[in-house]
Amino acid sequence: MEDARDGLGRVGYLADEPASLVSYLAIRLGKPVLVEGPAGVGKTELAKALARARDRRLIRLQCYEGLDEAKALYEWNYRKQLLRIQTEAADAGWQEVRDDIFGDEFLLSRPLLAAISTDEPVVLLIDEIDKTDQEFEAMLLEVLSDFQISIPELGVVEARTRPLVLLTSNNSRELTEALKRRCLYLWLDYPSVERELEIVRLHEPELDDQIARKLVEVVHMVRQLDLKKPPSIAESIDWARALMLLGAEDVDGAVLEKTMSIIVKHRTDLDLVAERVGLKLGDGFQRRAG
Amino acid sequence: MASRLLEFADELRREGMAVGTSELLDAFHALEAVSWTGREDFREALAATLAKSQEDRHVLDIVFERFFFRAVEREAVERGLKEESFRREGGADGLDLEELRERIRDAIRRGADGEMRDLSRLAIAAFGRQGEGSGVIGVDVQRIRRTLGLRTERSAPEPPDPDAVPRDELQRFERHVRRELERQMIERTESLPPSKPLRELDRALPSNPAQDLSQVHRVVAQLKRRLATRGRELRGRRRSAVVDVRRTMRASLSTGGVPLELKYRPRRPRRPELYVLCDVSTSVTSASVFFLSVLHALHDSFRRLRSFVFVERISEVTDVFERERSFQAVSRAIATDAGVADVSGYTDYGRVWLEFLGQVVDDLDPRSTVIVLGDARTNGREPHARAFARVASAAGRTFWINPEPRLYWNYGDSVIAAYEPFCDGVFECWTTKQLEAFVNAVADMRPAAAA
Repeated sequence: MEDARDGLGRVGYLADEPASLVSYLAIRLGKPVLVEGPAGVGKTELAKALARARDRRLIRLQCYEGLDEAKALYEWNYRKQLLRIQTEAADAGWQEVRDDIFGDEFLLSRPLLAAISTDEPVVLLIDEIDKTDQEFEAMLLEVLSDFQISIPELGVVEARTRPLVLLTSNNSRELTEALKRRCLYLWLDYPSVERELEIVRLHEPELDDQIARKLVEVVHMVRQLDLKKPPSIAESIDWARALMLLGAEDVDGAVLEKTMSIIVKHRTDLDLVAERVGLKLGDGFQRRAG
Repeated sequence: MASRLLEFADELRREGMAVGTSELLDAFHALEAVSWTGREDFREALAATLAKSQEDRHVLDIVFERFFFRAVEREAVERGLKEESFRREGGADGLDLEELRERIRDAIRRGADGEMRDLSRLAIAAFGRQGEGSGVIGVDVQRIRRTLGLRTERSAPEPPDPDAVPRDELQRFERHVRRELERQMIERTESLPPSKPLRELDRALPSNPAQDLSQVHRVVAQLKRRLATRGRELRGRRRSAVVDVRRTMRASLSTGGVPLELKYRPRRPRRPELYVLCDVSTSVTSASVFFLSVLHALHDSFRRLRSFVFVERISEVTDVFERERSFQAVSRAIATDAGVADVSGYTDYGRVWLEFLGQVVDDLDPRSTVIVLGDARTNGREPHARAFARVASAAGRTFWINPEPRLYWNYGDSVIAAYEPFCDGVFECWTTKQLEAFVNAVADMRPAAAA
């Protein structure tokens, strides 16, 4: 288990206890992991880091509304099939052609099929599963529990290697019990000040320690407010980068005012942050008001 | 150990978690893979396999504490072992209050988590146990905090208070105290803290309306998606004329590449029109904050939305919502000059329907959806259910969202039964979760769903 954490750490992902334990279990038990949590806490990044740490290829299926099996599982390459039919329509028997056009050659494999039919084990990331509808979830069940896909014309394609599957969800809808039952569950939350500080340091090692700490504390303060979109970890890293480029010496009201738009992305949120956090930091804001 | 784990699963089931055999098997597999000695690992492994949502996780933590951890403590008590820290302090009697205070303050300032946890136990032993506490954990926590004289630091540059401590850390300490009290209560009563519905009700109507505003927004965005896709299959294909080449070619495969059957691209459905009526009278005071936030979120997502608030009379507030973006400003505007000038402050549903009929009903058409947010308490006045029926028949669909638990419906002056037959659906709704259930129900209610 230590290995799992260290492996993740080596590739630049600082996992907390539960995250590293669940990743370890996922590998040991060969079960998919359902990762839930607010936007921007590193759910997708966890999958990428796992792929890097285990030296596997990452296959990503980005879910969206209206995603169907033609785009997720497989599709027949109908253009090629048509060509095939037309080139030898005259002299080939029906049986032959039929057997022929529903062969591997005419199958376009989409992410899920690709993930289970490769020779090298991969990491399969099914991103934002909550964006799809329940029908799609039901379709996933076969893949997730048995690692196989039934294609009516071709039969059952079984996994040659077992992929490590991660599903992420922003919790925008309750997922079905059936899906949850097949997965290990991991809830990722915003990291503590200390951990986030480590993350920022890892990505921006040149930033002054003092500033980094203050920055992370401000971000935490901002997250405490009720915002439409609280700042994610990626945004605190962006902010750190910006502060370094600007050569800021301290995170005070004036700096916050100038660079706030990096961490807060809604107009109403901007006002709220300016009002609450700006006041706490003092200077800049009061001067402007006066 | 296996049987202990089964007992544990039983316990979880009793608290309403769905623990199936497959989850249990997973748990056993997981436990084979981690070390048994590490308490954290042990619990995380169980949590990853058994708990499938955040609420589940919370329940699991509570039950876990009670089941595994307390067992150890109980054994310690049976063997006559005292906790070390208590012995060192010489029990509650000999405890030096000043010293304890100072130590707690110090720990809080330094943010030492483990120490805070130990000290919270001491504090409870010192102040909390007199008369077994008030029975309400929140009250006990506040009392202990007051007794300890803990104050938060002010942000203003006043002379710094030597006794004050950082707010976040104090909150953490309070959490420790709360958890400790909870655990003691669990042990004392040998049951979990108050049943769930009650806790949900407490959580659902927050004193701070902004608290779960974002959550309401999230659910409403979903409602928008569901309403927008509604009836696509009814209207969509019939009148559209654009051929979908890909699907036509695909279909032509079955006829040997000859496109016999044309497939059309579905038309984008028109945006639904929404009419929302929101009760803002005193009988729903606590809920109206929730409702207003729903309304606010609706305005964010829907362009073709007209909203009304009513107490005794009805008043359109569409403008207010369109003018003001922030929730605070909206609720202030509605409170002061929305024109719901009411004489008695009592809701008069009958009159509301009559006025709504007079003002708006001509604009309603089968595409529009009417949503009523209210408790249907008419204060003994005529409900005018027939007027409501006319509204409902003019609109395509009518939904009623009631902030009261179903248990209280039709008690006293609640006349929801009079309106219910005319609605496409009546829902109890006081949490975002129930709002979500409403959204799901609305989405499933299209005619095709019957098949």
